[in-house]
Amino acid sequence: MSRYAGNSAAIRALVRDHEVHRDIYVSEEVFQLEMEQMFPNSWVYVGHDSQVPNPGDYYGTTIGTQPVLMVRHTDGTVRVLFNRCPHKGTRITSETCGNTGKFFRCPYHAWSFKTDGSLLAIPLKKGYENTGFEQSQAARGMTPVRHVHNYRGFVFAKINDGGLDFEEFFGDSLSSFDNMIDRSPVGQLKVAGGVLRYMHNCNWKMLVENQTDTCHPMVAHESSAGTVVEVWKKAPPGTKKPMAVEIIAPFMSPYEFFENMGIRIWDNGHGHTGVHHSIHSDYSAVPGYFEKMTAAYGEERAKAILGESRHNTVYFPNIMIKGPIQLLRQFKPIAADKTLVESWTFQLVDAPDLLLERTLMYNRLINAPTSIVGHDDLEMYERAQEGLHANGNEWVNLQRLYSPDEAGQTNVAVNGTSEWPMRHQFRAWTKFMTMGM
Amino acid sequence: MTDVSEAPLQNAVPTDQDLIDFVIREARLIDQQRFDEWLDMYADDAFYWMPLEWNQTDPRLTCSLMYEDKLLLSIRVERLKGARTFSQKPKSRCHHVLQTPQVDSRDAAANSYVTWTPLHYIETRMDEQTLYAAWATHHLSVENGRLKIKLKRVDLVNCDAAFGNIQLFM
Repeated sequence: MSRYAGNSAAIRALVRDHEVHRDIYVSEEVFQLEMEQMFPNSWVYVGHDSQVPNPGDYYGTTIGTQPVLMVRHTDGTVRVLFNRCPHKGTRITSETCGNTGKFFRCPYHAWSFKTDGSLLAIPLKKGYENTGFEQSQAARGMTPVRHVHNYRGFVFAKINDGGLDFEEFFGDSLSSFDNMIDRSPVGQLKVAGGVLRYMHNCNWKMLVENQTDTCHPMVAHESSAGTVVEVWKKAPPGTKKPMAVEIIAPFMSPYEFFENMGIRIWDNGHGHTGVHHSIHSDYSAVPGYFEKMTAAYGEERAKAILGESRHNTVYFPNIMIKGPIQLLRQFKPIAADKTLVESWTFQLVDAPDLLLERTLMYNRLINAPTSIVGHDDLEMYERAQEGLHANGNEWVNLQRLYSPDEAGQTNVAVNGTSEWPMRHQFRAWTKFMTMGM
Repeated sequence: MTDVSEAPLQNAVPTDQDLIDFVIREARLIDQQRFDEWLDMYADDAFYWMPLEWNQTDPRLTCSLMYEDKLLLSIRVERLKGARTFSQKPKSRCHHVLQTPQVDSRDAAANSYVTWTPLHYIETRMDEQTLYAAWATHHLSVENGRLKIKLKRVDLVNCDAAFGNIQLFM
């Protein structure tokens, strides 16, 4: 039964000014349309170019549910290719990442391809003479994703030709990437420490929304962060506060803290929490770091860079970054009710190792499948995924601090507990779902 | 309820059987959800380490699934008792099957003993049951006549896989 395919009116009807229909989270048909429409129309994060430093280096990932490869071509540029052999469809790469040398070779029939995807050679090529092979799609080799943009190391791709160009899609929101990158004295990040992979039995958008949901920490995380606060109270007076307590305890900050921290809204569903301060504001200084930053940027600029404590920046559709602790999470859709969450960490090149150590501790304590904070959140997502099937109410409410004049406004800072960013994400969702329909 | 090896050691230097009984008791206390007693098996400066990478050597600048000192372990134990710990409503249960621990090294002079224990671990909650396979390496020492864990390292055979919630202890 097709309710939404080709029916932009039905898709638009799923998103109202301050509520959205449950099919957005539970319908497999809507999920398939997201994969066919919304993800291909959007600039989706692929990977960081430090994952492929040398020609022939590759990394396999997905855009929506589409399998792709990010590869460093022999000319030094980063390319994105669909990861299938043009012959029979075999996945080309054996490992998630590695080096393929000067060419890819399919393990099934030994067709080979340059690292820009173009066909290099086929065994027994004579068998294709006078067959019209040159006109086939296969002869063009591995299909590239045509729109690729490398922003200061962060590689994004857009599958469809239509839609917005890179700058128009992201606008001023790139300032959060800038701030994360500028925290390196040499303005360079490197993927480091390993990736945490956490399977969630819920819709991917529940995770996206949660990144700007500032009314849940003191409730859902009372079990974890609240226990940290209680256990820490029993420490003998004068005990130095451990890094782990510095990281988790601020989750228990009162509503007022989150109201005052502020939220900024940009175009196309992007936005960030922590305009004025955040749970990352009061970490202990790392010895030697400020001196390095001052030497690199001058004191005024160094203070401006480090004075930002943006909490979560959401980049529509499916990543968030934490500038102050150099972390990126990607919410990879698998099915309407299944999402793989990957949490990546970055080393600030030429900064003290203690910063990476803190980043990794944060990731482990908050984003691992073994994390008590993660357990709190996943329990809520999975209960929602289940509860949304209840027929008594088919709508999800996003009305907190709603104002009828908010649609169309951009680059504004508002109360930190507003659900404006979620409403804003769904306005973008409608736009990129129905684009070209 | 009686347990093997909850009494102080008979001798200043533990026998291999003392070490084996101790490791088996640790798993038993977890399975029986006797977490306060379990935590008491750890030295004050102990770490519980579950690497993220195969053959991982560094817990500091490489991420782990867990690398927790006794403070963090005690927070986990307190959280499991919490009235608003919703991910444990209903509670998880778990089950260890251990191969007999092997004593890999013993150095009485340095008060350092290491055992190696292949294990299967099952964690279950509501209708879901998940099987994990791992090796546990225990670094033990004697404190005040009792064995204590200085480091427990749990290497999952699929350490780099995508997991759902792992809420209790291997």
